[in-house]
Amino acid sequence: MSLDQFLQYVFSGITNGSIYALTALGFTLIYNATDIINFAQGEFVMLGGLTAISLYKWGVPLPVACLGAVVVVALIGVIFELAAIRPLLSAGIMTQIIVTVGASLALRTAAMLIWGREALPLPPLTGDTPIDVLGATILPQTLWVLGATLAIVVALQLFYKRTLTGKAVRACSVNPTAARLMGVSYSRVVLLSFGLSAAIAATGGVLIAPVSFMGYSSGALIGLKGFAACILGGLGNPAGAVAGGLILGILESLTVGFLPIQGSSGYKDAVAFLILLLVLFVKPQGLFGQRTMEKV
Amino acid sequence: MTAVARVVPYLRRHAAFITFAVVVMALPFFIHSTYYLSILAFTATRLMVVLGLNLLLGQAGQISLGHAAFVAIGAYGSAILTTRWSLDPWLAMGISALLAGAIAGVLGIPTLKLKGHYLAMATLGFGEIVLILLIQFKWLTSGSDGIVGIPSLSFAGLDLGRPMAYHWIAWGVALVMLRMALNLVDSRVGRSLRALHRAEIAAASLGVNTSFRKVQIFVVSAVFASVAGSFYVHYIHFISPDSFAITFSVILLTTVVIGGVGNVWGAVWGTLLMMFLPEYLKRFNQDYTNLTFGILMIVIMIFLPGGLVSLGGVFSRARNRSRGPDRARLEEG
Repeated sequence: MSLDQFLQYVFSGITNGSIYALTALGFTLIYNATDIINFAQGEFVMLGGLTAISLYKWGVPLPVACLGAVVVVALIGVIFELAAIRPLLSAGIMTQIIVTVGASLALRTAAMLIWGREALPLPPLTGDTPIDVLGATILPQTLWVLGATLAIVVALQLFYKRTLTGKAVRACSVNPTAARLMGVSYSRVVLLSFGLSAAIAATGGVLIAPVSFMGYSSGALIGLKGFAACILGGLGNPAGAVAGGLILGILESLTVGFLPIQGSSGYKDAVAFLILLLVLFVKPQGLFGQRTMEKV
Repeated sequence: MTAVARVVPYLRRHAAFITFAVVVMALPFFIHSTYYLSILAFTATRLMVVLGLNLLLGQAGQISLGHAAFVAIGAYGSAILTTRWSLDPWLAMGISALLAGAIAGVLGIPTLKLKGHYLAMATLGFGEIVLILLIQFKWLTSGSDGIVGIPSLSFAGLDLGRPMAYHWIAWGVALVMLRMALNLVDSRVGRSLRALHRAEIAAASLGVNTSFRKVQIFVVSAVFASVAGSFYVHYIHFISPDSFAITFSVILLTTVVIGGVGNVWGAVWGTLLMMFLPEYLKRFNQDYTNLTFGILMIVIMIFLPGGLVSLGGVFSRARNRSRGPDRARLEEG
């Protein structure tokens, strides 16, 4: 494999990896605030992409359609929290898993009824003239994906470290009871986490729709890979989630390039799950996680 | 003590099970439509899967989102072994079940040591890998085209492929599994599972080998699912990967939840509802079925965490024997 081919695979891996990273960030936000794994996270990505596609079709200018989709999906996340999560906040892991699994089935089917079974395209934000880098090419959309991911990571860091609300969220993830005693509204923190998490996921969906089409069933796989990225980087660690997503995307893409099997792209999706299972078996605390002890 | 005096308490204790068994086995005498007999037969195979999942979720408090994969192993194992190597269907069923059990063991040993959602995700990933392999390993599985011409089950020269005969054999096996599940709940194993479910560390300190028990029940549920898959393909004679997408695993989980977690009878009611509700919904639009299922899962968790069985009914006596707070049964600690 020549350098330009190698680079080409890496670029394509980074593009998909950024989306896994954003999805993984969404998982992390909700997990840190509530200890819930939101199995509907991938559906938020799908809804983001499809909503943008519809808005654009109705004549809304592309950038506005993209922003609008993020807002709509954030609202869906908030409604989901109010309707299904809030009554079960103290119900325990199994109940919460079942509720979010139910939500993902409902959202996926609703999307199929609204948008049909075909995957739909969205035009890229700024044209599709490829940029030449060391013999490999980058689509402008890739730069948007990367830039947005970076911007979101930086903004989240600032939010968590510098703002009072962000500090309240962190306090809740460390010790909800103590945070509540200090006057932090736990339920508002949870609501905020779901809204933010849905918005970040939707951003991923909006950005990836021009690269690979978006259909009602696209969310499930993206969600799973986002979770694999979380596990790889250490569940609950935002920086780990982003790194995990990028590593996963690149590994996936290189597998397609290096595997000497005919039609190896069919195996692409298996890579993420093999990594997921491997990490669970060998180092369940993730690449960057520390071993923790559970108190009785 | 006379024989009658010994039999009567036995019958009374197992009244629910015996009534159910008699009714189910008598159904073919009253239903002559092949269509409804087939649905009933599929209900039997579905019940086999759901029973295993019900034990896993209700007794051990562990969730699997990849049970479709174990059904697939049974179905494809039987299909491949009988069509390519002309093995006897019963032998093929046994080999597939062993394979499913072994895989469940390998998958369960590391993941079941972790918290609840790790098994959920590991099984979800496992289900996806199995689906990909079924499509990609064309030399073995014929890929998306699927495998045709899978033979019927037979016993001592009797063809069990006809709806009535099949009904009896499939329900016969499903009833044996139901009895096994009911017995297990009331056994030492069931008690230790519930103990680890409520408070794992307390159970461990009292001498319950918690990891072993969890893996054990996971393996049992995988074997049940595999046998169900084998029965299924020997009746419809055709199999393709489409049947084993994530949605199927989720629907299996929905069935357990709707029926009632932590109560074996919940598996029965859930399965009956989930097999016959789509028949009813089909009159409107089949696509709405999954939407209904998804919303039902949320609504039941919020308003009826004990599922259908907690509504009370004919089998209330069987239920009351080992009843705790509904939601507590679903959660550890």
